[in-house]
Amino acid sequence: MRVEARILLSLGSFFGFMSALYWFWGHENAGGVMIFAAMLLCFVPGSYYFWWSRRMKERPEDDPNATQAQGAGVIGAFPGTSIWPFTLAMGAFFVVLALVFGIWFLVPGFGLAAWALFGGTAEGRRGGTH
Amino acid sequence: MRRVVALPIAALALAGCTVPTFGAAPGVTTSSRSAYHLWQGFSIGAALIGSLVVVLILWTMVFHRRKGDNIPEQSQYHIPLELTYVIVPILIVIGLFAWTMVVENQEVANPKTSVTINVNAFQWGWKFTYPGQDVVVIGQTTQNPEMVMPVNENVHINLTSTDVIHSFYVHDFNFSRLALPGVLNQFTFRAVNTGTFQSQCSEICGLYHSLMYFRVKVVTRPQYEVWLESKANAGVAQASRITNNQQTSSVVPTKLTKSKGDN
Amino acid sequence: MTDVLDPPILAQPGDHGHAHEGPTGILKWLTTTDHKIIGLSYTVTSVIMMVIGGALAEIIRAQLTSSNNSLVSLAQYNELFTMHGSVMIYLFAGPFAFGGLANILVPIQIGAPDMAFPRLNALSYWLYLMGSITMLMGFFTAGGAANFGWVAYAPLSNSINTPGAGADLWIAGLLLTGFSAIFTGVNLTATIFYLRAPGMTMFRMPIFTWNMLVTAILILLAFPVLTAGLIMLYCDRHFGTHIFSVQGGGVPVLWQHIFWFWGHPEVYILALPFFGMVTEIIPVFSRKPVFGYKGMVFATMTIGALSLGVWAHHMFTTGVVLLPFFSIMSFLIAVPTGIKFFNWIGTMWRGEIWFSTAMLMAIGFLFTFLVGGITGIYLASPPIDFFTHDTYFVVAHFHSIVMALVLGAMGGLYYWGPKITGYLLNETIGKMQFWFLFIGIQVFTFPMYLLGLRGMPRRVAAYPLHPSWQTLNELSTVGAVMIGVSTVLFMVNIGYSWKKYPAGDNPWDGHTLEWFTTSPPPHHNFYRLPRIRSERPTWDYNHPDRPAKAHGHHDNQDEVPVV
Repeated sequence: MRVEARILLSLGSFFGFMSALYWFWGHENAGGVMIFAAMLLCFVPGSYYFWWSRRMKERPEDDPNATQAQGAGVIGAFPGTSIWPFTLAMGAFFVVLALVFGIWFLVPGFGLAAWALFGGTAEGRRGGTH
Repeated sequence: MRRVVALPIAALALAGCTVPTFGAAPGVTTSSRSAYHLWQGFSIGAALIGSLVVVLILWTMVFHRRKGDNIPEQSQYHIPLELTYVIVPILIVIGLFAWTMVVENQEVANPKTSVTINVNAFQWGWKFTYPGQDVVVIGQTTQNPEMVMPVNENVHINLTSTDVIHSFYVHDFNFSRLALPGVLNQFTFRAVNTGTFQSQCSEICGLYHSLMYFRVKVVTRPQYEVWLESKANAGVAQASRITNNQQTSSVVPTKLTKSKGDN
Repeated sequence: MTDVLDPPILAQPGDHGHAHEGPTGILKWLTTTDHKIIGLSYTVTSVIMMVIGGALAEIIRAQLTSSNNSLVSLAQYNELFTMHGSVMIYLFAGPFAFGGLANILVPIQIGAPDMAFPRLNALSYWLYLMGSITMLMGFFTAGGAANFGWVAYAPLSNSINTPGAGADLWIAGLLLTGFSAIFTGVNLTATIFYLRAPGMTMFRMPIFTWNMLVTAILILLAFPVLTAGLIMLYCDRHFGTHIFSVQGGGVPVLWQHIFWFWGHPEVYILALPFFGMVTEIIPVFSRKPVFGYKGMVFATMTIGALSLGVWAHHMFTTGVVLLPFFSIMSFLIAVPTGIKFFNWIGTMWRGEIWFSTAMLMAIGFLFTFLVGGITGIYLASPPIDFFTHDTYFVVAHFHSIVMALVLGAMGGLYYWGPKITGYLLNETIGKMQFWFLFIGIQVFTFPMYLLGLRGMPRRVAAYPLHPSWQTLNELSTVGAVMIGVSTVLFMVNIGYSWKKYPAGDNPWDGHTLEWFTTSPPPHHNFYRLPRIRSERPTWDYNHPDRPAKAHGHHDNQDEVPVV
């Protein structure tokens, strides 16, 4: 995890330097705040990875001499087919149409979104079809 | 300072070669000329570096074509070469930036000015006010209002907009600046040639953006004073027959007057 | 050399086994979470968007062919260029790159069975599709589609100056596609950080995957800013706020700061994936490894980092930004881009280059991006920007860049199409397509550079006061038509080559992991994985006697790679 941590921390440090430079030289608030936020967005996961990388065992993908057998077994959970992403997207579609055509679109919008959230969560516990 | 800026170009010119325009023009103000020389300098650099890269690509396409089925040397890196093409571009870029700053500082300088013109952009025309002279010129779209200014004098412009963002773009001055509502943009010109220069808005501002024309007319000081007097005497300028719902019925006008400054 | 890996045992709570077939037909499409099918859907949808955007472009060029044309009205023209830019940038280029090819290739290139979050991946696609439909719905409203330019500057984009549903549909569509992109950014980052195969260290990943990692981080940094800005714009339009209007104490130029803080990283989000594609194609068709792999990685990260600090070079003419800061940062971005160029040439140098269609497209990219990149350096200089901003010079600059990306995209399709579909495309038609595209691009863009320098501003429907500009405009239109012809040839090739030329696992003797598996790859991508000891695992498997070397070292045939 060390390389990942280093990537994010160096990006964050660069943005930190840039944000200080721009804040004091540019006197412009919007840009200063945005670069500062970019720094935070890199430092938060970056520090987390850095902290963990010093405590975890080397993963097979970080070991230059790993064999494929070392990676055998469960890799992760890969849900099969699922109708819920499509349902959630249709809900989001109606929600944004409410912005344009009228508040009553929020009914199918939130309805479909809620249905998808419940359905997707339940599916996550049950396991989808393949 | 102006001379320093033009020095590399002057050196080349003295050496007997005419530096190509590379598509741009010197324009008719002092700052348009230094921006033009900057353009030429950049273009020489671009031509050199561009040619180098093109030659390298063509060379390798021709001479390193597949000749059989053998696998070539699998070379993967060469640190000294890579360092070279990190450091040299940095140096080039610093040079371009330094020259840029010289020209830029000249353009944003604030010399003493003898004429001030308030330029107000609006949908879809221009209003030129000469404070202290009681002269206002105003015109919409194809009325193509004219901003008159004297040659060889520093003219100060106060630019703003009363509605959306427009752009005060004068091609022959090699210059444009946005007219922002609620903001006063200020800059100075010193024209060195007389003439009438067709200009127009260059920032999308709604339906008649394409037709938001204006002209800049540079005249001699005596002519300028005569013009001022005639405008003041005529009361409100005759082009100010503006009513709120003036809408041209034709979509794109079929007949438009061409000014003498058309290139 | 092959370590046999049993197919991964996937976690299935309440284990169903693999007894049922799963849905078929349209239900399969609606419910798939397989990154290969999602990526293919993205690719097809985004190419359809490219054709729509291209059609709008041809109408624009037809209108501009004569100086006082009335093919379209002023109002229609404003809609045309707004939607052309919006469709091409928001709905074609980005989604094609990070939703299409990256979605398909990144998991396979790192030896993963799928993306880290397959259902989130599917959600990304459906949000993108619905967002595209939402934006295009504007054409069917009474007031027409959005018409304020793809950048929607305030106050032009407020409810007083642009009332009507078209603008709101534009905002609504972008809210959906924005979240779609953010979710893809999350998925790509998590997949690359967590799902690499054993031995696939970060510095052995293919350059395309590295570029997608940096792209994903840029998406996460930039897109939320756009989404926030769009919400603010919507509030100004409908909830009575005055964030961007002077009357209420707001600042119109704030919109530009927010928009371009997203907008500049966005153009690198568009460019980096295609840089990556070209960096995959060139080594394979030069039969050498990538030259300067580490330099490429650091250059990509530098470009990504710098891209967040240059946004106001789009605002040089506002008069209210810190010119020297943005100028020097913009000049500096040229350096890592130059490094990439020399590394691409170095990859080809002393190789055994063969000019397949994919390689022609990649080389065409090099020439075209060279023009676009150099003209970008001009624009980094404020005094030069003052007379080129908002003219056709800028239009030509960014069209050189994006058309170079299209060449890269076509290269990617010709190179990876066989892997994804199992069938090659016809090379003769491909080469015809290449020549029409490459020459068409130059004929299209070069007149526009000159027109900009002669004073032709952007976004004008006609130029009756300057009939001398007509000849260059006519020439540019010829180029645009040639580009259109090349697109037709592409469609012809797809039809002609349909299931005609089976590709096999590795038609190009490719270097990276995707060429180790079948074409198309099986469910969960791999039946078996090779040992990974470099950034070219498939090459090492097929050519164990020719590993990569430092320059100047001769290959020693007796040397055995360290196990």
